[in-house]
Amino acid sequence: MQAEAMEHEGPASKRIVTGYGFWIFLLSDIVMFSCFFAAYAVLLGQIAGGPKGSELFDLRSVAAETAFLLLSSFTCGLAMIAADLRDARWYQLGMAVTCLFGLGFLALEFREFADLVGRGAGPTRSAFLTSFFTLVGCHGAHVSAGILWLLTMMAQVFAKGFRADIMRRLLCFALFWHALDIIWVAIFSVVYLIGSAA
Amino acid sequence: MLGKLDWSAIPIDQPIPLVAAAVVLVAILGVLGWALVKGYMPYLWSEWITSVDHKRIGVMYVLLASVMLLRGGSDAIMMRAQQAIAYQSNGYLPPEHFNQIFSAHGTIMIFFVAMPFVIGLMNLVVPLQLGVRDVAFPTLNSVGFWLTATGALLVNVSLVIGEFARTGWLPFPPLSELTYSPGVGVDYYLWSLLISGVGTLVAGINLVTTVLKLRTRGMTYLRMPMFCWTTLASNLLIIAAFPILTATLTMLMLDRYFGFHFFTNEAGGNMMMFMNLIWAWGHPEVYILVLPAFGIFSEVVSTFSSKSLFGYRSMVLATMAICVISFMVWLHHFFTMGAGPEVNAIFGIASMIIAVPTGVKIYNWLFTMYGGKVRFTTPMLWAIGFMVTFMLGGLTGVLLAVPPADFVLHNSLFLVAHFHNVIIGGVLFGAFAGYTYWFPKAFGFRLHEGLGKAAFWFTLVGFYVTFVPLYAAGLLGMTRRMQHYDVAAWRPWMIVAGIGTILLTVAIVFQVLQLAVSIRHRAQLRDTTGDPWDGRSLEWATSSPPPAFNFAISPDVRGEDAYWDMKGHAKQRLLEPKEPEYRDIEMPRNSPTGFVCAFFAAVMGFALIWHIWWMVALGGIGAFATFVVFAWRDHDEYIIPAAEVARIDRANIEERRKLVSLAGSP
Ligand code: HEM
Ligand SMILES: [Cu+2]
Repeated sequence: MQAEAMEHEGPASKRIVTGYGFWIFLLSDIVMFSCFFAAYAVLLGQIAGGPKGSELFDLRSVAAETAFLLLSSFTCGLAMIAADLRDARWYQLGMAVTCLFGLGFLALEFREFADLVGRGAGPTRSAFLTSFFTLVGCHGAHVSAGILWLLTMMAQVFAKGFRADIMRRLLCFALFWHALDIIWVAIFSVVYLIGSAA
Repeated sequence: MLGKLDWSAIPIDQPIPLVAAAVVLVAILGVLGWALVKGYMPYLWSEWITSVDHKRIGVMYVLLASVMLLRGGSDAIMMRAQQAIAYQSNGYLPPEHFNQIFSAHGTIMIFFVAMPFVIGLMNLVVPLQLGVRDVAFPTLNSVGFWLTATGALLVNVSLVIGEFARTGWLPFPPLSELTYSPGVGVDYYLWSLLISGVGTLVAGINLVTTVLKLRTRGMTYLRMPMFCWTTLASNLLIIAAFPILTATLTMLMLDRYFGFHFFTNEAGGNMMMFMNLIWAWGHPEVYILVLPAFGIFSEVVSTFSSKSLFGYRSMVLATMAICVISFMVWLHHFFTMGAGPEVNAIFGIASMIIAVPTGVKIYNWLFTMYGGKVRFTTPMLWAIGFMVTFMLGGLTGVLLAVPPADFVLHNSLFLVAHFHNVIIGGVLFGAFAGYTYWFPKAFGFRLHEGLGKAAFWFTLVGFYVTFVPLYAAGLLGMTRRMQHYDVAAWRPWMIVAGIGTILLTVAIVFQVLQLAVSIRHRAQLRDTTGDPWDGRSLEWATSSPPPAFNFAISPDVRGEDAYWDMKGHAKQRLLEPKEPEYRDIEMPRNSPTGFVCAFFAAVMGFALIWHIWWMVALGGIGAFATFVVFAWRDHDEYIIPAAEVARIDRANIEERRKLVSLAGSP
């Protein structure tokens, strides 16, 4: 009887609850991305007489984007270590670098989109391009939101220090930022590699 | 400046929506004015609108659902009246108005009645059943509720400003594309669902985290009440399915706003993709709604049979099985669209397999009643009415899942009868059972039994008189959504169905009356014990209504039927009354974040519908600013001192002592 009652210790700590809830949110976000991936897969061949992926994608620029994003994840990790050590200076530096890499990624993506539109290959050209712009653009929108969040977190730590609730938010932010990486890897493989082969 | 909005958006020439809107407006202004005059506004603001207490939020969800039920119900009455008189005549509704009504009716009933009702009950009850103080994310909970209310608001705004969709409760392209639906109706649909969908997702994350991470000491998975299990299953489905809805509606939105080609006829768009996506959400959605109802029936049947639930573990297994299988059957909604016989056969069989765990549940409820001391209270009547009615709905569902039969019955009134059979007989009966069952817990007094029973009988009979004719008319070949018709054989059935609607209206009147009368006689109906039904789970262990912190001392659970167990042991414990050690309790502070955020979301949604771009930006910035301000605050909790906790708890225990001497066997 006593042993049975010990099976479950009661409510988890706030940090675990927050992290757990955020994980679930990320899963739901990934489900949403899956729909856009599925749409891309379905519409890949629907070029309506327009250009195909292989005629459009510039893999060098995509490789640079990938590098920026992966590096930003690395610096984000460093910033989190600094936060764990309560080192404000290194934390702010790490976050700032993360922000710059993120902005660099967005700039490259923007250039790619502008270039495609300029060549008459905008999202309204064909169903294939519609799904391409939506999937990649949705990721880009997430990165933009992430940067907004990142700046807010920098300001919060600056104003209030490493308070417990701010640390919990940082945990969520880091999870979010890394998840964007994972999704990008999928985009890289499915959209660019498979897309330029098709 | 105002985008597409101008005076022509207001339908001056159409009396029905204008009168309806005027009535609604007068009602809202009346309530507001009354609250203002009586000086209730500060109370409403600080105790309800900004509340982050899961019980209050739950009550507000149910209130929203009830109000919207009246709105959706009026639509239903109008449709049945139209079809009852529209034999070889135009009836009284112009076709485009009829189309808006059936679209609004379906949308409202699923998204703004059934969903908020079950989410409200889950919010109210689950933390209590788990023995915890609140949900995992209280402020987020309030945001979720108010976003849902925003969606409902936008649907109702469409009544006066502009129009609503004419495309059905699921806007199938290409009809819903700009080419065929150039007005703002579909945009109203899209934005109200996109906004309220976020609210639903938030509620789902909140409840799943609560169930998985916050249970009180000793509350292992296999000791959770059945309602917590079905809540878990239903909210897992929300998390997995609602992002699909969001993605799908976003694609349609992009098509309409920016000329994209996801589902268009031109440039390679694929509208079958919409079918697949929307039903990959849509079929799980029906289980999101009905699983919590199953949970309610489990609680009700076990309480009023004074027996623990028969086959608890098989019930858990059946719930989780339904949770998984419901994702594998979506294609049965478009058997007729040419996927080929093999695919159809596979999905047909998969659909029928769902009937197996559902059958397990029905048997378990019957065996729970068998040999028990059954008390025929109002919630129990709803439960029994459900078992009979839902069987019929399940059977016709299995029939529809036979592809050749579906080729005949698809999009007929037979289908309409099927899903009303399961949604009214399942979800709505469950909602009403839960409402009467938990009402005393939420407000501290019971509802009037006699009027409740009258409401039940009128609903039950009204349901059959309304929907059995639809089965018949469907078998006679009548398709759904007809504005008028020329087939004499259908006419008598339409008239009978119209009469059934009158009975259902009477039932609603009884529901309203029950509430009003009960509030009047609340002194006699007062529940001082906290346990008016001789309940079995932890929500009955605290007073009615529960204090803000739910439990003075976090309960320690020793077995299934936690509270029943405690009542059994309590007799000995009361002989040597040792006071527990009371501690200060930290509770989350109320916050206007949810309301303010929803306000900006409403502004943004309205602006998006009418293409007022500066206002869109304003709404977006406002919502973001709200979050930053919220994140910036320094004190998000307040302390309830131990002395206060002790005072509240002693009073509760005193009442309970009287009860224990009367309690049943352990
Ligand atoms: C034994 C279980 C069930 C089976 C085998 C089943 C089967 C079906 C099938 C085959 C259809 C498509 C008919 C057609 O379009 O031709 C359908 C439609 C529908 N079902 Fe069920 N069903 C079951 C349970 C439920 C439950 C529990 C609910 C709700 C709580 C539900 C709600 C609906 C709705 C809303 C539709 C109509 C959607 C529309 O076209 O507008 N069903 N069902
Ligand atoms: Cu289905």
